[in-house]
Amino acid sequence: MKGGRFWAWVVFILGAAYFFIPLIATVEFSMRMRRGVYSFDAYQIVLGDERFQATFMYSVIAAIFTIVLGVLIVVPAAYWIRLRLPQLRPVVEFITLLPLVIPAIVIVFGYIRMYGSNSPLPFLASDVGTNALLVIGYATLALPYMYRAVDTGLRTIDVRTLTEAAQILGAGWGTIITRVILPNVLIAVLSGAFLTFAIVIGEFTMASLLNRPAFGPYLQNIGANRAYEPAALAIIAFVITWGCMSLIQILSRFAPRSANRPN
Amino acid sequence: MTDLSLSNQTMAGKAAPPAEARSLRLPTQWLGVAPFFIFAIMFLILPTLYLMLGAFQNDAGEFTLENIVALAQPSIVAAYWISIKVSLASALIGAFAGLAIAIAIVRGGLPNWIRSATLTFSGVASNFAGVPLAFAFLATLGRLGLATVILNTVFGLNIYAHGFNILSFWGLTLTYVYFQIPLMVVIITPAIDGLKKEWGEAAATLGATTAQYWRMVVIPVIWPSFLGTVILLFANAFGAIATAYALTGSSLNIVPILLYAQIRGDVLHNAHLGYAIAFGMIVITGLANVFYIWFRTRSERWLK
Amino acid sequence: MAEPFLSIQHVRKSFGATTVVQDFNLDVEPGEFVSFLGPSGCGKTTVLRMVAGFEEPSAGKIVVAGKDITRLKPNQRNVGMVFQAYALFPNLTVAQNIAFGLKVAGMPKADADRRVAEMLDIIKLPQMGDRYPYQLSGGQQQRIALARAIAPKPKLLLLDEPLSALDAKVRVSLREEIRSIQKKLGITTIFVTHDQEEALSISDRIAVMYGGKAEQVGTPFEIYNRPATKFVANFVGTLNVLEGTVTDAASGTVRVNSQEVALKGKLNGSKSGDTLSLALRPEAISLGRQPGRDSSLSGEIAEVHFLGSVIRVRVGIGGSTVSLDTFNSPATPPPAVGEKAEISFSSGDMLVLH
Repeated sequence: MKGGRFWAWVVFILGAAYFFIPLIATVEFSMRMRRGVYSFDAYQIVLGDERFQATFMYSVIAAIFTIVLGVLIVVPAAYWIRLRLPQLRPVVEFITLLPLVIPAIVIVFGYIRMYGSNSPLPFLASDVGTNALLVIGYATLALPYMYRAVDTGLRTIDVRTLTEAAQILGAGWGTIITRVILPNVLIAVLSGAFLTFAIVIGEFTMASLLNRPAFGPYLQNIGANRAYEPAALAIIAFVITWGCMSLIQILSRFAPRSANRPN
Repeated sequence: MTDLSLSNQTMAGKAAPPAEARSLRLPTQWLGVAPFFIFAIMFLILPTLYLMLGAFQNDAGEFTLENIVALAQPSIVAAYWISIKVSLASALIGAFAGLAIAIAIVRGGLPNWIRSATLTFSGVASNFAGVPLAFAFLATLGRLGLATVILNTVFGLNIYAHGFNILSFWGLTLTYVYFQIPLMVVIITPAIDGLKKEWGEAAATLGATTAQYWRMVVIPVIWPSFLGTVILLFANAFGAIATAYALTGSSLNIVPILLYAQIRGDVLHNAHLGYAIAFGMIVITGLANVFYIWFRTRSERWLK
Repeated sequence: MAEPFLSIQHVRKSFGATTVVQDFNLDVEPGEFVSFLGPSGCGKTTVLRMVAGFEEPSAGKIVVAGKDITRLKPNQRNVGMVFQAYALFPNLTVAQNIAFGLKVAGMPKADADRRVAEMLDIIKLPQMGDRYPYQLSGGQQQRIALARAIAPKPKLLLLDEPLSALDAKVRVSLREEIRSIQKKLGITTIFVTHDQEEALSISDRIAVMYGGKAEQVGTPFEIYNRPATKFVANFVGTLNVLEGTVTDAASGTVRVNSQEVALKGKLNGSKSGDTLSLALRPEAISLGRQPGRDSSLSGEIAEVHFLGSVIRVRVGIGGSTVSLDTFNSPATPPPAVGEKAEISFSSGDMLVLH
């Protein structure tokens, strides 16, 4: 067993090195802008850049709309399937896995061809329509994660029994959804939301192909034209991802635990 | 299967409150799932079918196999080939490294905080992809990157003189590994957890050495999950474009970048050939996922 | 006395500052079936795991057939072990599971196949060889696990709560099966359980453990009827405990709820005025005066539970209650709550707990 522990440390340290060296190198690189001394100049320039602010805000708003759209589509479906239509579960699970099978670039390619200016549903004819299509595209990308988060949340609270208990106590559907189900799956929904945010905020392919002024294409553009700013941006993006994942971790501590589960 | 869904249906029917009128039940039943299905059909299934059908049509809308045949031209075959190579290499490296890390944190006797810290970090790193990841690797292994410079000045090893280039096959693979390893760790750790301590003890009382136990039990048990995850990692890398595009521009001709250029400017001068490329991508990732699901079911059956 | 087959001598085990087993001693005869009985955390599993080799004793030694095995690795000890959670290898069929130990020992395939068939017959699952563990019920899996453990003909069979995960019915039938297989093969066996009924029904001897020590080692009959300590008396079987005060130590008279009871020769060492705990098994008490029972106490019927063939009656005697069982008889209705009642017993059945 002693030898086993030695190798475990070797593996862990090698892995840690592979993962931390790029982060350290990126931090170092991002601070090299002023000749001879380390400085935060790159960060100042990036954060002060109007296009950074505009594109970042655009992506934040797109992410928020994506989350709202995702919740509106996923929560009722997941709830209804748990409650009334369990026979549809395999179909819905299959569909929610499709975005992992079909690359994003293919999905957006389909949108461009199907919803062009001359099509019956000309999303791409207007700015608003294109923005909507971007949000829709993001919602499909987030679908697997959102569905899984919500479904797990519903499974732990045993919606069926809760709903029936509420019905016996005389609650109407409005009360059941707002007072019983939503508070109990809120944590799961929020976890899905933060994961969606992390995926969407720097997304490049869809935003770029739909010509949206989003953060992803901005990053790519800076990367092609500047030296030190991209490193600063990479660190900022890493911090955002880290923040989203930490929030999910913190939230999971507040998640309701089912009384039925032994563990 | 039919039996199961039937009994579920009757159970669902029985569970419905009597106040609900029978004639109203069917429409309300479907109301909750309607937005989901409408959304999925309009924005996931139809656009994909549109492209897949387009791959078998010519400009006049007639059925043809020309587009599929045209995929055989050297530039497209080369793009598919390098895509498959990068995806497979990054998936295999990521899978073996991720497996080693997962075994180390679950079975290696390391302090408990290392396990939770590694899993948290893996959650972050598996989602840290796209353009920023490319920047990080440029800052590390680019011509002026920290690792490149330190290797050159401290160890006297000029990796660029030895043929390494971050804008190459190995550069891209090494970058992809950054999100492949953590994804492997996240997916395979539960499978390693599923290896019960008693199996090892049972094997030991039956006279088996550690090596025999690994060969006869551990490896066969993990194998399906491992292979399944390799396939998932493959599909994950195969569809990715942002990292590669930000890292190499269009100098490394992988399929998604080729398709990207085709969508932006019809560089192939044939709209339907673009459909065919998309079709090819779906076929490859789709096949990969069929295998993934197959392996997954096998391993879940054992580890119940 | 014959040479013991397994000898556990002055074994101690500490994990850091906590001592889970202290000075454990036990000799087991060849072919004997010994149970370790005790509540969870009493150290019974730890002793078993030290015999198996998964834990190293902090002190003491373990000898099997005259050979000190204290420092041997588990895979060199030639013991068979059955676990609570079956621990069958999920990737192997039933036959491959049973053949595992034979295969690692290098037995030729034809011999191994014969041995596997023999084992499947012994556990009465001859048709199950090609199934996978996940296709079997818990009881079947545990029988396979037993077959796997005994297939390589181990010197010792260790059973770690093998029945705890099973349904009540399967538990009873499987324990009988384990015992009959053990007898047929004559294999020396240690069986760990927290279930006293299990231990009483199948063991040659029982070691009752508490706080890392063996409180008493003896046959089921001894353990049940002559518990050596208060813990053993309370843990094994149902017990009625009455407080009594010694009124005359010389003649052995004790006062219980202002009634005198004579306990000849049971009060060794007690002085007049001492308070004692007196214990009686429910089956040693009868309702009403009975011939051959020399002592009695009077009280009032507190509860009556009709259980079918048996009626459990609780009689209040001062501040305490005493449970006793009477057989149902269709002719006489059970006593009513509130009635005056007299209970009788032989003073020889009364246990004095120190």
